[in-house]
Parts: sequence; C-alpha cells; structure tokens
Amino acid sequence: MALAIPGRRWRFAWPRWLVLSWSWRITWLYLGLVLFLPLGALALKAAAVGPGQFWQLATTPLALATYRISFGLALLAALLNGVFGVVIAWALVRCHFPGRRLLDSLIDLPFALPTAVAGLSLAAIYSTNGWLGGPLQALFGLKVSFTWLGVAIAMVFISLPFVVRSVEPVLEALEEDQEEAAWCLGASPRQTLLKVVLPQLMPAILAGVAQGYSRAVGEYGSVVMISSNVPFHDLIAPTLIIQKLEEYDFASATVIGMVMLLFSLLSLLVINGLQVWGRHWEANPDLSA
Amino acid sequence: MPQLSASILIPLIACLYVGVIILLPALEVVVGAFAKGLGPFLENFQSAELRSAVLLTLRCTVIAVPANTIFGLAAATAIARRQFPGKALLLSVIDLPFSISPVVVGLMLVLLYSPTNGLLGGIVSSMGWKILFSWPGMVLATIIVTLPFMAREVIPLLEEEGWDQEEAARTLGASNWQVFWKVTLPSVRWAVLYGLILTTARALGEFGAVAVVSGNIAGRTQTLPLFVEDAYKQYNTELAYGAALVLGGVGLLSLLLKLFVEQMLGGLRDTDPSR
Repeated sequence: MALAIPGRRWRFAWPRWLVLSWSWRITWLYLGLVLFLPLGALALKAAAVGPGQFWQLATTPLALATYRISFGLALLAALLNGVFGVVIAWALVRCHFPGRRLLDSLIDLPFALPTAVAGLSLAAIYSTNGWLGGPLQALFGLKVSFTWLGVAIAMVFISLPFVVRSVEPVLEALEEDQEEAAWCLGASPRQTLLKVVLPQLMPAILAGVAQGYSRAVGEYGSVVMISSNVPFHDLIAPTLIIQKLEEYDFASATVIGMVMLLFSLLSLLVINGLQVWGRHWEANPDLSA
Repeated sequence: MPQLSASILIPLIACLYVGVIILLPALEVVVGAFAKGLGPFLENFQSAELRSAVLLTLRCTVIAVPANTIFGLAAATAIARRQFPGKALLLSVIDLPFSISPVVVGLMLVLLYSPTNGLLGGIVSSMGWKILFSWPGMVLATIIVTLPFMAREVIPLLEEEGWDQEEAARTLGASNWQVFWKVTLPSVRWAVLYGLILTTARALGEFGAVAVVSGNIAGRTQTLPLFVEDAYKQYNTELAYGAALVLGGVGLLSLLLKLFVEQMLGGLRDTDPSR
C-alpha cells in the first residue's frame, strides 16, 4: 500500500493479480453467462423451496423409485462394463487377432452415435420381433424393450467406452517383465493376474466405472426410447424431471434436478480422486501397495 | 495351455460383447433405413418437417461450435502453462457439463429464462425476447452441453509445449495478438481440429437438454434428434430411420475424421497409445 505523498496525485491502480488479460476476461465472462448463471438459477430455486419441503419432495415414493431405477440400473451397467471393459482392453493391448483395429474403432461408437439414434436401434433390436428381442422372448420368455432390462441395456451401451479407454493406457505401460518375474517365482497364471496385474489396474478400472456410472445415471436420449416410462417400473429420474416440468410442477422438477446435480458434483469429486490416486500409484507403486 | 486358450478366448469374448452391444445396433440403423429399398428412403427427404429439423440442427451447431471454440482457445491460453491456486478446481468446473445430466442442463435453462417461473423471466419478457420454446434456448442448451470439448483438447497440448516459442516471438517484437495467431494457434492446430470434430458431433446429436427447452413443436422447434424420437413414437418408422441414418452417418463420419486426426496428432498426445 503506497501512502499518498503530499503534492503528488495518488492514482488508483488495480493490484497486479486483478488485472485480467483478454483471455481471462473471455473465460470468466463466458463461464459466468453460460454455466454459472444457469447453475445459480437451479441452486437459488432449490434453496427457495425450503429445507422441509425440499426433503419431502426429494423423497416422495415416486422420486425414491426413480432413484432406485436410475442409480441401481446404472450401477449394474457400470459394473458389467467394468468386467468386460478390462477383457476388451486386454484383448486390444495384449492380443493380436484379425479385426483388432475394427474392434478398437467400434469402442468409440457410443460416443459418436447420437443418443436418439442409439435409442431407436436398441429399442428395435430388443423388441419382441427384433434380431435379439425375438430369440430372447422365444427361448427365455424375456421381454427387453419397454422394460427395465431395456433401460439397463441402453445404459450398458452408452457407458461401454469409459472403462476400456481408462484401462488401455495403464495396461500398455505395465511391463510384462513383472508378470514374467511372478511366473519365474512360481506364481500360477491366476495368482499373477490377481496379485500382480489387477491391483495395478484397479485405480484405472474404478475411474472408468465411476465415469461410466455417472454418464449412465444422467443418460436420457437412448433410455427414454427403449423404456416404457411407467412410474415405479422403468421410469428414470431425468424422465421424471421432464414429466414434472410438463405438469408445471416446477418445485418437484427443481428438487429432483438438484439431487441429480449434487450427485454429479459428488461423482466428479470421486473420479478426480481416483485419477489422482492412479497417477500417484504410477509414480510410486510400492508406496501405495 | 492356459496361455493358449486365453489368447483365443479373450479376443473372442471381447468381440462377441462389442458385437452384440455396439455393432448390432449400428447395423440395425442401416438395415432399418433401407428396409424398403433406396426409393422410399430418399422420399423421406421430401418431408417438410424433416427438412426444417435439419436446418434447425444446423443453426444450433453453427452458433454453438464457434462460440465454444473461442471460449476453449481463450480458456486454454489463460489456464494452461500457469500455476495458480484453484487451477484444478477451475478445470473441474469446465468439465462439469460432462457429468451433469443433459436433462438437468435443460432444467437449469428453464429455471433461468422461463417467463413465468424463471429467475430472469421478468427481464426476458419485458425485453420481448423468446428464449424458451425457441431457437435461442436450444442454442444455449447445445452450447452448455458441448462446452468442455475444445478446452479439454487444447489445454493438455499447450501445457506440454511450454513457453519458449511465444517468448521468442515476443522478444522479436510480436504483439500478444500476433503471438496467439502466428505461434500459439498453429502449434495446437490438430488439437483444435480434434476438438472441432467432437464439439460438432455432440452438437448435432444433442437430445436431452434440447428436448427440455424446445417444447418439441414439429416443424418449428424440432431438431433432427427430436424428430427421430417423435417420428418413432408416432409409428412413422421409415421417417424415423431415415433421419436416424443421416444422424448416424454424421456420427460415423466424425469417428473416421477423429481417427485420422489422432494419427496426425501422432506422438503429441498420449490418448491414443494403441495406434
């Protein structure tokens, strides 16, 4: 703080760290208008509901049923992809077979295919006269499209790439020496896999599962087309928000939206934590063992 | 012996799983669209509603992609290569739209701009604007959902490159603008292209967020993905498949372009170690 010297006009100057360059100004202005303003609207509207009513609206039987369906089926899908994602990553990194490049490109398709298109084709394939729905119905009496099974399938589809893409680079960096050393020391292939390989892949697997889970919970486009959207049966939370908006029940929509937003923030935190853990593990593997 | 069986079994399981979960649905779109031959497929495009949906989708994309490109580049030059407290937090904030459900994004816009219930509803209606159930709202929804792509691609690359070239240019008397335009931008051009592809693909296909703010009025506020759902719900199967094939074709094209750019990026980034 410069004291004003008599006889000289003291000119106000912003502290150096407050003087923003153009890039910072654009960044903050844009984030403020596009992201913070809508986020603030949701938070303010949710706060205006009041804690008592918030809790009441967030835990109505219908809301609880949709959370169970959204969060439960997404977990199922994410875990399934956790297992198969590791198998696929292993095949891509360690195995040589015809069609490996094709398999590699196909993994990204759920990211590239618009969700409405995915929903349309999944609903058609698993309908009772579709390629897969027909045989499933005839052989096992399973109805997939327009049931919770269909919702789970759509979630599996859209969350498949995450685990594969998260595990792939770690598996690549893993040196085969370690596995050979384990074999030489008399470990069986099963022991090598469980005690040497899997622990090192674990942070990447969990990060991928968490990303896939978060994506599956929020997914709307593909799920809404394969689901019958019947409450307590296969109605997911995002669809409930839309139904509440259509009924002009803004308070309920706001509360359920806020619950989902809080879940997103939490999952972002968990994913970041897992990624930091993974990097820490790569840097000094023996410390974290 | 377990070695041999594993080397066959693992790729087999992987291919079967991906085949059933991903390849079959992708093929279904193509087969469904051409189920009655090429003629009926092409006839779809005489539908005025389909054409207006295409135009609206293009309008959203044409505004959202440049806006997010400018933001992504500005954010990257501001954030990358500087260390400051809260940097990780800011990066997470930019990533936020990826983890928020698109429906919640739409809801946020409704709660902000709805003339009756919105936070800024009064201002919006007194200015005579129409944001919800109209294209500006849909553009905003598209912008939020695709916000992180460009920044995420450019930031890591800039961080790896370092300051040397920029400093050299400054020493030689280049202005900030010249440095950005002639040094920074060319050095990240492939990452920008990659970001452009991802942003465009997502903007064209966005469904949930746009569905909430659009009102889904056929011929007026219906984008191509909304059109697919609407036509399908009304048992207008051929029209739905026709539109789906167009969207799916664009998605596939973006995937191919992405593979090409990944090859160009080559050793610059570690996202594509297998190639």
